[in-house]
Amino acid sequence: MSDIQSQTDLFFVRQELAPTLPPPRTASGPIGWLRKNLFATPSNSVLSILGILFVIWALPPLLRWAIFDAQWTGATRDVCVANGAGACWAFVRANFGQFIFGRYTDPERWRVLLFFVLMAAGLVPLAIPSVPHKGLNALYVILIFPIIGAILLVGGVFGLPEVETSLWGGLMLTIVVAYVGMVVSLPLGVILALGRRSKMPGVRIVCVSFIEIARGVPLITVLFMASVMLPLFLPPGVTFDKLLRALIGVALFASAYMAEVIRGGLQAVPKGQYEGAQAVGLSYWQMMRLVVLPQAIKIVIPGIVNTFIGLFKDTSLVYIIGLFELLGTVRNSFANPQWATPETPATGLFFTALVFWVFCFGMSQYSQYTERRLNTGHKR
Amino acid sequence: MALADAGRGARPSISWFNNPTYRSLAIQAVVLAVIAAFILWIVNNTVTNLANLHIASGFGFLKDRAGFNVATFLPFTADDSYGAALWAGLVDTLIVSALGIVIATVAGLLVGIGRLSQNWLIRQLSTIYVETFRNIPPLLVLFFWYFGVLAVLPNPRDAIAFPLEVSLSNRGLIMPMPLFGGGFGWTVAAFVAGIVIAFVVSRWARARQMRTGQQFPTFWVGLGVIVVLTAGAFLISGAPLSFDVPVKTRFNLNGGMSVSPEFLSLLFALGLYTASFIAEIVRAGILAVSHGQTEAARALGLRAGPTLRLVVLPQAIRVIVPPLTSEYLNLIKNSSLAVAIGYADLVSVGGSVLNQTGQSIEVVGIWMVVYLGISLVTSLGMNIYNARTALIER
Repeated sequence: MSDIQSQTDLFFVRQELAPTLPPPRTASGPIGWLRKNLFATPSNSVLSILGILFVIWALPPLLRWAIFDAQWTGATRDVCVANGAGACWAFVRANFGQFIFGRYTDPERWRVLLFFVLMAAGLVPLAIPSVPHKGLNALYVILIFPIIGAILLVGGVFGLPEVETSLWGGLMLTIVVAYVGMVVSLPLGVILALGRRSKMPGVRIVCVSFIEIARGVPLITVLFMASVMLPLFLPPGVTFDKLLRALIGVALFASAYMAEVIRGGLQAVPKGQYEGAQAVGLSYWQMMRLVVLPQAIKIVIPGIVNTFIGLFKDTSLVYIIGLFELLGTVRNSFANPQWATPETPATGLFFTALVFWVFCFGMSQYSQYTERRLNTGHKR
Repeated sequence: MALADAGRGARPSISWFNNPTYRSLAIQAVVLAVIAAFILWIVNNTVTNLANLHIASGFGFLKDRAGFNVATFLPFTADDSYGAALWAGLVDTLIVSALGIVIATVAGLLVGIGRLSQNWLIRQLSTIYVETFRNIPPLLVLFFWYFGVLAVLPNPRDAIAFPLEVSLSNRGLIMPMPLFGGGFGWTVAAFVAGIVIAFVVSRWARARQMRTGQQFPTFWVGLGVIVVLTAGAFLISGAPLSFDVPVKTRFNLNGGMSVSPEFLSLLFALGLYTASFIAEIVRAGILAVSHGQTEAARALGLRAGPTLRLVVLPQAIRVIVPPLTSEYLNLIKNSSLAVAIGYADLVSVGGSVLNQTGQSIEVVGIWMVVYLGISLVTSLGMNIYNARTALIER
């Protein structure tokens, strides 16, 4: 025994684990990250260097223009004409009220703000999936709020002084046009999509022609048509508000696009759902209302939101028929001699781009969120 | 007993009111009648209104003298007819759309591939590009180029000079105008012949590769044939080409040819705006090709470049083409934004005609027919291309 003991003493048996070595420096940490993401191959390195050069070329002048050399305060253009001056934010500050409300009469602007608040009160709960009473909420958004909003903005009743639509403008007009387009295009789009998939040739032909003609021509021609031809179509003596004409054009145009999105949803509902609904004795409208449309619309929520984004961007075109929404208001203020400087257009457009970007990016993020939420369990 | 007979015998009698055939006929009759009545009402009102306004309907006005001047690609003066004006506008629409489609496709393809690059910086830059342009209106992009960039460029006298006498100023892009002498037709003919020969060679090379597996440097041979033939014909016919170089005068640049700032703004706005959408389509198309295809190509020993070119892109094209078609159509329709900056496209010229003659129905009708026609032709072309690239199953 002791013999063996003395023999084993010659060996070294390690009692604890060896300390873990750090990974090679070139594979981890900032250097590893750089090697993996920027300099993986020679051609990749060339691209990276070109990219870095581009950033160095583009970013500092942009930051200098937008922030460091920018003129933030001032009452007139004098602050912005200095040589080497950057963005003229003072111009945006001075005209901010006009950019938001247009020429809406000043003491009445609280009505626009209340309109925004009431709109948010309808849309925010509708967008959050866990808030209950979606049906009532939709009723408010589609029917009740538009009536309240119209009374609030137009006035002329309940002691509210009337504000002519020719005074409306800025972001407020953008939102009004976009909202009306959305609220009208959704139900009209559903009807057109159902008509397009109808078995009745008479109905189908009418819907297909409307959809294809509206989608085949630019919105500008539709707006021109609404502004110059609509008065001809009406009985002599009947005149229409210019804004209302534009709203009709935008809403009909958006409906055609909405119809195609919803048709996609209708086609994605399995045939068994239609047959099952018919087998339990539902009528056509019961089948659509209770079985098919809830599934179809749920599938195409991302597509609907994308159509809304397109519609929101397209509202800028009403400028061409002489309505001054946000972009038109900003564009028109370039000519204001009080603020005309070389930097004014770029500053105004930068501001407008930021506003549009925030709205559209927000909507697209929401669309992606619903897509992820509806896509559970189908990913590879 | 009677009950059983009824069940076995003739079809159960239902009220005609509930018969689906009659119902659908009745509904269609009502829908069509309502629409017909609506159209009749509109036509009636329109006729009355036009009579009150003393406007004669019809397309006779197209032959009248236009009396306004616009700068178009086709030569056009105020003495030409309204019809010629609309035709010149259509040509301008087609030119800017075609060039815009080229720019949008190239930029969109690059950015779309860039969004999937392994390179972090390229990926981020591509994402910023796409997310910026996708979320602002095209009209704003147009205004940005027109008012923000091109309008604040220096006067022609202090123009930004590029090589080869090309210069950029607030009058647009000014460059030397090529003057073709007699006999230049030979050079053009040689160029066309070179392309034909290159095409024949490439077909022969492909057939040979299919038969024997031997490869042939098609690209270099084809390029060589085209360059040698064209240059040879040019030199033999005595180099019949000279340039009208723009000359700097006190206030302006004279001579040469210029591209208007309106055209440049519209071209860049359409191209760069649409490129952001095409980039997303390209990205989705590439992602739709299963990863096993890439892995199999790499396992066969193909490198990254050939894998993309020979394996991934041909399969991605099938997914890309249908949405790409609708983006092209959007670009063509968006070219009507020209009216906002005064580039003389179909809508812009049509607007002037409409204001002068009051023939709104005819002009809007022409717009609709032309745009629907362009849409139809573009979809037809893209559908043919799609059928050629589509997966052929059994």
